[in-house]
Amino acid sequence: MAFLNMLRKRLGGLLLVVFGVSLITFSISHLIPGDPARLIAGDRATDAIVENIRHQLGLDLPLYQQYGRYMLDLLHGDLGTSIRTHRPVLEDLQAFFPATLELALAALTLSILVGVPLGVLSAVYHNRFIDQVARTLAVTGISTPAFWLGLGLIVLFYGHLNWLPGSGRLDEGLDPPRTITGFYLIDTLLAGDTGLFFNALQHLILPAITLGFVNLGVVARQIRSAMLDQLGEDYIRTARAYGLSKWAVILRHALPNALIPSVTVLGLTLGDLLYGAVLTETVFAWPGMGAYVVKSIQSLDFPAVMGFAIMVSFIYVLLNMAIDLLYRLIDPRIGEVN
Amino acid sequence: MTMQACVQQPLAEQAPVLVIDDLRIEFPAYKSTVKALNGVSLHVNPGEIVGVIGESGSGKSVTAMLSLRLLPERSYQVKSGSLSILGRDMLTAKEKDLLSVRGRDAAMIFQEPMTALNPTRRIGRQMLDVIIHHQRLSKAEAKAKAIALLRDMHIADPEQVMNSYPFELSGGMRQRVMIALAFSCDPQLLIADEPTTALDVTVQRQVLLLLREKARARGTAILLITHDMALVSQFCDRVYVMYTGAVVEQGVTAQVMADPRHPYTRGLLSGLPEQVEPGQDLMTIPGQVPNLSALPEGCTFLDRCAFATAQCLQRPPMQTIDAAADRKSACWLSAPSHATAKESRP
Amino acid sequence: MTTPITAPAVAPLPAASRWQDKWAYLAHQIRRSPLTMAGLLITLMVLLVMAFAPWLASHDPNALNLTQRLAAPSAAHWFGTDEVGRDLFSRVLYGSRQSVGVGLFVAFASCFAGGLLGCMSGIIGGRFDGLIMRLMDIMLSVPSLVLIMALAAALGPSLFNAMLAITLVRIPFYVRLARGQALSIRQMGYVKAAETFGAGRWHMVIWHVARNAMPPLLVQLSLDIGSAILMASALGFIGLGAQQPTAEWGAMVATGRNYILDQWWYSTFPGVAILITATGFNLLGDGVRDLLDPRQQGK
Repeated sequence: MAFLNMLRKRLGGLLLVVFGVSLITFSISHLIPGDPARLIAGDRATDAIVENIRHQLGLDLPLYQQYGRYMLDLLHGDLGTSIRTHRPVLEDLQAFFPATLELALAALTLSILVGVPLGVLSAVYHNRFIDQVARTLAVTGISTPAFWLGLGLIVLFYGHLNWLPGSGRLDEGLDPPRTITGFYLIDTLLAGDTGLFFNALQHLILPAITLGFVNLGVVARQIRSAMLDQLGEDYIRTARAYGLSKWAVILRHALPNALIPSVTVLGLTLGDLLYGAVLTETVFAWPGMGAYVVKSIQSLDFPAVMGFAIMVSFIYVLLNMAIDLLYRLIDPRIGEVN
Repeated sequence: MTMQACVQQPLAEQAPVLVIDDLRIEFPAYKSTVKALNGVSLHVNPGEIVGVIGESGSGKSVTAMLSLRLLPERSYQVKSGSLSILGRDMLTAKEKDLLSVRGRDAAMIFQEPMTALNPTRRIGRQMLDVIIHHQRLSKAEAKAKAIALLRDMHIADPEQVMNSYPFELSGGMRQRVMIALAFSCDPQLLIADEPTTALDVTVQRQVLLLLREKARARGTAILLITHDMALVSQFCDRVYVMYTGAVVEQGVTAQVMADPRHPYTRGLLSGLPEQVEPGQDLMTIPGQVPNLSALPEGCTFLDRCAFATAQCLQRPPMQTIDAAADRKSACWLSAPSHATAKESRP
Repeated sequence: MTTPITAPAVAPLPAASRWQDKWAYLAHQIRRSPLTMAGLLITLMVLLVMAFAPWLASHDPNALNLTQRLAAPSAAHWFGTDEVGRDLFSRVLYGSRQSVGVGLFVAFASCFAGGLLGCMSGIIGGRFDGLIMRLMDIMLSVPSLVLIMALAAALGPSLFNAMLAITLVRIPFYVRLARGQALSIRQMGYVKAAETFGAGRWHMVIWHVARNAMPPLLVQLSLDIGSAILMASALGFIGLGAQQPTAEWGAMVATGRNYILDQWWYSTFPGVAILITATGFNLLGDGVRDLLDPRQQGK
């Protein structure tokens, strides 16, 4: 019963978000100077054609009616048409989404693999040298401009050492695998093409490191904080009092309990990674949603930008819901009547 | 005082399970040093129940924690003295050796049963972890032993408890589980740090009776840390009274209760509700516990003591009142109870 | 019973009733944390550079010198030159004014505006409060980077619009913080007390609320400056924000990208500047948070 209530509340929140975001994006798109109809029609179109387009787009209707049409379209999944690519925005986003997701997941994995041990060491050696080093690393991670780091990595590993490629998801001239999941790493394996797999992997490394480095700091800090909380608890003292070695206590008792509340924070970083990929994708010419939206911004393609905003907000709320659900499953204390 | 604990032989034939000898511990702090223990000496013989009574700041909890070296390593400094369990020096022992003492030779139960167990693991798993860690039993054997232990603690449905999470049990139940855990490896010494303070009054007695019953049955000695005089008088064979990090009086419980020699002990006893008629004010000891980072040169009880003399400006060592019964008091005077006139030292 | 068991056995931390004691304790805490010290030093250094850029710069940041295009770092040009021969060292120094200036402005403006709005919302309550909170919820659910970019693009690329966009997006955080404080203070009865004294409701209550809401707001503020600086340079990187010929770190990295493989210095130095500055402010922010967090003081 409590679960259904939570679900209902969340769905209500989702609707609110979509409504709010659409309101904001609608307002913003009407801030742009210039005439959208003329932009679409082009410089050499006659006035009659421009009027025609304006009528088609409903731009001659009063504002609230325009908004009504906009909302109606939204609810049908129609995010408008991109001025730049001339395709439905939803189609564009769907095409580019898997690339971004693959990058974000790779970055998340890296940041967790490095961040969790760092956080644990930081907490166990609280305020000692290792802690200072780890904290410096974490702060540096948070303070690094991703676009600059990406450039630096390209110069080093591609420009000078030539160990790794500097852009794209695959080498020039190679055909992508048949699309099943959209994830090159998975699709190449499913197609049985290991050469292609390694090529895709090579292309994924640098952007994943760039994107993940910033997240590393967030992960390490969260784990450090959660571990410090757990290490101060009484049950740790009990475990020590009954003969468990220091590291057994840390790894088998404190860490699992620290990970439970951390799941929410770490899960939410996925959302940050998804839209933080914007700059990283630009630097690495990674064909994802982020690169798409930057190009859209630079060419003032507002339907595309707004569509991106709505979609990412939607994903963010869904992610929140999923994490909530996950948390309820792994913490045995939730759902109990005290 | 309804139940008399039976008087053990004052000096047991076997070696004591716990020996603390003139232990001095300091905690460095910002711009000061907290002198937590100032020459504590006590011992616990096999099978006896020894009480340590004192208020907050007396050093009783520090002593208990230090016995299994559970204080954070870098937070304290041992100035002098020693602490050994079953002949093994706990203060200088290597981590490896400590791991075999903790839980097996000596076990500890804590004040807060609500938080003493891992909240996200079932009871059964936590018990099995400890049992298997110290004893070479198969999982099935360990499980059977755990269930038998829980049943021995008067828990009606051990299987159910094994399957439960800590938050599903009441405080008293959790403390029974802790006691079961404590006895699981048949330790020689059980240190109980205020085990009933956080429990309902009705449950307190049950838990202590359980403790005593099981300890006697197994020959386990108990070191009971408490601030409750009533508990001490009911359950302990011998008692140590602590004040500002030192033992100020010690002896067989009955004797200390009947004839307290240290003014602090007298103050504690006279403050008990049983001592006054209904309608009278309760007795209190005037003044406050001195600051542990700024202890006076002389007797630390000086400014609260009704019997202070000029001699008390020198800190009194332990005076032996009865060597055979290990009866001592750290006071220059020794006045019989209720006497107001000062008497010379015996 | 005997004396109450409340007498503390340990001397409490110095009551800090005297200013000297208070500062000594503060200094002691800072000294104990080398990271916070580092943050403080870096921040001071950056602020000095901002203030004294004209004196510290070796050249006029906007002076073209086409004979010296894309020169490597040397004694004459410590950081090398850009594609029109401008000295990069000077441009980096002057660039601090844009990037850091934006960061500071945004952080303080959003803190002030958000704090005020949040306090008002908490004190007034009722439908005003409800409306504000709905609005803030909506703003928070949109990923900030996208919103900022969209806003900045819609308003037109300029420094002012970038600042406005980032400020607006940060306000909800402060509103929530301040409102929470205001609500708990309302519960504590300050409002009622002030009313019974007949004092002007606004005057007394805002004074109390503001004073009590300060610490968490200050902590958030100190943590925000670093990310505001990063945000500003990210905008500059895409071309929103301060326009040419004004020197701005993000934009410099973006332009340098075209020459990155052969003239590595162009993008490197501005990027390092961003990194060091953001790190300094973040370290300082961490230190402030640790200091003001009551939990840390016990340990």
